[in-house]
Amino acid sequence: MIKVSIKNLNLFYNKVQALKNISLDIEKNEILGVIGPANSGKSSLLRAINRLSENDYARLSGTIILDDTDIFTIPINDLRRRVGLIFATPVVLPGSIHKNMSYGPKLHRRFKGSELDEIIFNALSAANLWKEVKDRLKDSASTLSGGQQQRLCIARTLAMDPEVIMMDEPCSGLDPISTAKIEATMFELKEKYTFILVTNNTKQAARVANKTAFFLAGELIEIDKTEKIFTNPADSRTDGYIRGKFG
Amino acid sequence: MTFRIGPRTNQIIAYSILLLMTLITVVVLFFIIGYVFKNGIGQLSLEFLTDKTRDMGKEGGILPSILGTFFVTIFAIIIATPLGVGSAVYLVEYTKGGLIHRIISFGADCLAGVPSIIFGLFGFIFFVIKLNLGWSIISGGLTLAVMIIPTIIRTTEEAIKAVPHSFREISYSLGGGKLDTILKVVLPTSLPGILTGVILGIGRAVGETAAVIFTAGSSLGIPTSAFSSTRTLAVHFYILAREGISMPKAYATATVLIIIILLVNFIAYRLMHRFMAKYY
Repeated sequence: MIKVSIKNLNLFYNKVQALKNISLDIEKNEILGVIGPANSGKSSLLRAINRLSENDYARLSGTIILDDTDIFTIPINDLRRRVGLIFATPVVLPGSIHKNMSYGPKLHRRFKGSELDEIIFNALSAANLWKEVKDRLKDSASTLSGGQQQRLCIARTLAMDPEVIMMDEPCSGLDPISTAKIEATMFELKEKYTFILVTNNTKQAARVANKTAFFLAGELIEIDKTEKIFTNPADSRTDGYIRGKFG
Repeated sequence: MTFRIGPRTNQIIAYSILLLMTLITVVVLFFIIGYVFKNGIGQLSLEFLTDKTRDMGKEGGILPSILGTFFVTIFAIIIATPLGVGSAVYLVEYTKGGLIHRIISFGADCLAGVPSIIFGLFGFIFFVIKLNLGWSIISGGLTLAVMIIPTIIRTTEEAIKAVPHSFREISYSLGGGKLDTILKVVLPTSLPGILTGVILGIGRAVGETAAVIFTAGSSLGIPTSAFSSTRTLAVHFYILAREGISMPKAYATATVLIIIILLVNFIAYRLMHRFMAKYY
């Protein structure tokens, strides 16, 4: 089943075109890896899907369909609840771990009794962070380590009960152990969610992604099963990038 | 042959000059405070703080002026804080860099540079006479509010600008609207900065003479309502000294004034640190 379908997407910042006629489909419960050198439009793609690009005064054309609905007809708050975004640098909001976790859910509805605590427990457990923070939910979130903060950001997104989770180089600032933990989390969560993983680390895409898309200078060069992209890509530029010849 | 100073000597000279400058500043400050305290602290007593003013200030205490200062300042802060913070939020979040922003910022900066006596005259003509509020706590408070709004706008603006853009993005990406983001992320994060502006405002309001003497008046009665005329501590001190009524009482009043300003600053910074320790 197709979860997100993008057709003829163009995106401009002023006169600079960041995405050029992109069309791709993302299957439900799969991880799509997006690779490509800097300025290839990977982040712009994510920011277009949850309409964050509108804050950058970007101009868009084309369609993005989420479950048969054009995203531009979905109320923006609702869209962003359904499509979560994890940034490259973990940014925790000032305040406690609990406050970080409850911020998103509280924006969307009211909670009774222990309902919210249950959501927080589930989200933190799913992000493999519960054991480490269960006794310090009232502590400032900035006391966590970088890897823990990134998992908190993932948990914070999970608490919104999203359908699609987009990650923009989520491990770029993390050590290998934290990276492994986050990749393991993604693997476990694939059953329930659809992932779009932008990464500068091609090996990471090879490890976790079902499908991989290669972007170059705003164009989608090719998209295919990950094994195919990494062993026998159709385009020589994909091959060159994966072998580290440029980018 | 040229005479050169070695890098080490150079450092020592630079250090000494900077230290000297700092010392001069601090010594002048402590000298003023010390001088006032030396002349005033002996006059202080519980009676001085809690008694009515008698014989134009030659006898008795300064309770009416303490109350007057308190009410005028509180009134000014209550009016100025929401207006100042609201303006700053509007300027930074809604008019970023536009023509309106520049015009209002320029206006606020000009307002901050206007001598307080001008505010006093304005308050007298507008609040006291035109709006017929008379010499009163309301007139004085409104005048002080107009005077300290620019300070609050400026400091709040800087505090809001200092909130990382990423905090806003997080809020948006979690489905927050602009207002949610401002109320739940931007303002709480910039609270310490805003509080600094408010403290500066309190400091200016408490110490102000020219702006209140024309607007709050100089009555020595205990204020009974917001329409009572009152004499703030700074004005009381000014009149005692200027008219040669009683220099010892003048110094005692000045001592109380300085202690209040120090206390306000001390308490506010303690509160801020507790807040910061909790959240950052």
